[in-house]
Amino acid sequence: MSSSPRTLFEKIWSRHVVTEGAGGMSLLYIDRLLMHDGAVHTFERLRKAGRAIRRPGAIAATADHYVPTATGPGGIADPAIRGMVTEMARHTGDLRIPYFGPGDARQGIVHVMGPEQGFTLPGITLVCGDSHTATHGAFGCLAFGIGSSELEHVLATSCLWQRKPRAMRIRVDGVRPSGVAAKDVILAVIATISAAGGTGHVIEYAGAAIAAMSMDERMTVCNMSIEAGARAGMVAPDATTYAYLEGRPFAPSGARADEARAYWATLPSDAGAAFDAEVTLDAAALAPTVTWGTSPQEALPITGRVPDPAETADPARRAAIERMLAYMGLAANTPLTAINVDRVFIGSCTNSRLEDLRSAAAVVRGRRVVVPAWVVAGSGLIKRAAEAEGLDRIFREAGFEWREPGCSMCIGMNGDTGRPGERVASTSNRNFEGRQGKGVRTHLMSPAMAAAAAVTGRLTDVRAFAGEGL
Amino acid sequence: MSVDAFTSVTAAAVPLDAANIDTDRVIPARFLHKPRGPEYAGLLFHDVRFDEDGRERADFIMNQPAFRGARIIVAADNFGCGSSREHAVWALAAYGIRAVIAPSFGDIFFNNCFKIGVLPVVVSADTAAALRRQLHAMPGASITVDLETQTVTGPDGAPIPFTVDPFRRQGLLRGEDEIALTLGHEAAIAAFERRHADEEPWLAIERRA
Repeated sequence: MSSSPRTLFEKIWSRHVVTEGAGGMSLLYIDRLLMHDGAVHTFERLRKAGRAIRRPGAIAATADHYVPTATGPGGIADPAIRGMVTEMARHTGDLRIPYFGPGDARQGIVHVMGPEQGFTLPGITLVCGDSHTATHGAFGCLAFGIGSSELEHVLATSCLWQRKPRAMRIRVDGVRPSGVAAKDVILAVIATISAAGGTGHVIEYAGAAIAAMSMDERMTVCNMSIEAGARAGMVAPDATTYAYLEGRPFAPSGARADEARAYWATLPSDAGAAFDAEVTLDAAALAPTVTWGTSPQEALPITGRVPDPAETADPARRAAIERMLAYMGLAANTPLTAINVDRVFIGSCTNSRLEDLRSAAAVVRGRRVVVPAWVVAGSGLIKRAAEAEGLDRIFREAGFEWREPGCSMCIGMNGDTGRPGERVASTSNRNFEGRQGKGVRTHLMSPAMAAAAAVTGRLTDVRAFAGEGL
Repeated sequence: MSVDAFTSVTAAAVPLDAANIDTDRVIPARFLHKPRGPEYAGLLFHDVRFDEDGRERADFIMNQPAFRGARIIVAADNFGCGSSREHAVWALAAYGIRAVIAPSFGDIFFNNCFKIGVLPVVVSADTAAALRRQLHAMPGASITVDLETQTVTGPDGAPIPFTVDPFRRQGLLRGEDEIALTLGHEAAIAAFERRHADEEPWLAIERRA
């Protein structure tokens, strides 16, 4: 064992290197693989290539991207897309891979389902054909998104050729003020380091404000690492992590759990471990944050104003701001709280967990929405748990639609999209042009902020709302 | 499943000046259920390339006559950020793009490029900006990207060195089947697996009958 201090990332990385290739590429062993309905073609491509799936026992699967979220019968209208979901059931059935499909209470967004089932564990390598696989790093594992060729490679070999990323630590010190959510923390991080700031890096989130976070909150933070350019984000496992894992179906129990925890306790970065880059933020200085542009880095405190391109000296930046303002239909210097919204979406792998729904419900309780507003729980189990607490009643009485689990309007692949020109207050992770439908304008924010926008019809500082749970 | 081999390409290049061109822009999500095929050529940059009626937008640079034959893109920072969709590279390849030159790329997009045989070339921000300026000044001008010598030659004829990981370079030059290459390490993988299962026995998953 090396005596020099090592980072959490370094410990997990070095334990998974099978062999080294030319020029610093490593063959990295992949412990676990998550699959969703969008990846179903991979099975067919492997079959055509005559490749076997090396370790089906390392896989769990669900359907999320293409499943409808409207309640009641109907199913998927497009036969080609319906076929993708039925094929997913067939392939996973043939391979005896646990599959949580439509109708199963455990069905949900792949990055909600994995942790919820205890499939995601500290210290492992985990991949999925989806960039928000970064979410799972909240458990102190190395989790990252891959493309479909890499997915084929993992299925066939249980490994991936990777160049070792650099390590970045983002410390969030201090205590979050009331009304400032985990989403506000990560939006502030991205605004600080930029959408390319984490490129080539794995981010470890540390500091008092991260240590104080629940697992739901840590998942929100790690989820958007990719929006900061980093394929993976991580938080050191601790008592909060272990408590979350307790009793989950795929998590170790009894003596095995004790054994696992003894190992997991060795994972946190050693004192004095060197990072290639370090960034520090003060949680106490943060405010509820919203995006105004078409990159997640274009985030500002809700008390701010839309930027003025005329105040920017750099011509490329000025052109970028002008293009974003044109797409977003915004005038320079408009107070953010003066921006009206047409629709509200609470959901996605970033913010569809039980605590997210509780914080939104605390805002809408006893109020009425003034624009169409949806709540899409991250999984069937979350939906049931929320219903057991009466959250569905609060949302419904306020005029929200209470829908079935899935990716829904975060990406719109199932047809859940806004109309061209519509402005959406959204708890999802991307405000790219066309992300929520062609011509749709997205403002990213926390669940409580989205709930406040739903009842006022404009971007709103949730701190102005009295209510519990903020 | 070998990749398209890449040695050297000389072709017209098109400058894309905006930073942070995300993979949703390269190909919108509503097309992703389609299996990979030639029709991906028509999906590249779909919503900025075509209007509501499917007609080409004159203001999109790749629709301008001088740039129609472009096989190389010179972009700005963080090209291909966002979603892991390999479809973005499928669309570039189907359209005929063989190389993208930029100061930085989205990490997942960068890896995906090598699997399909579209070469991502990292140069400094100043170099990329200078190349884009030359292409604006001389629409339709050619660039050479040579992977063997790891040199880009811009319209002004000045050679620009770049480096690619030796592993990936070799894979592209030979058009290697990476899965076959990895399966050649099966003994090492199996040995690793036995040791790892011993170290972390709690990772074994009971499979349903």
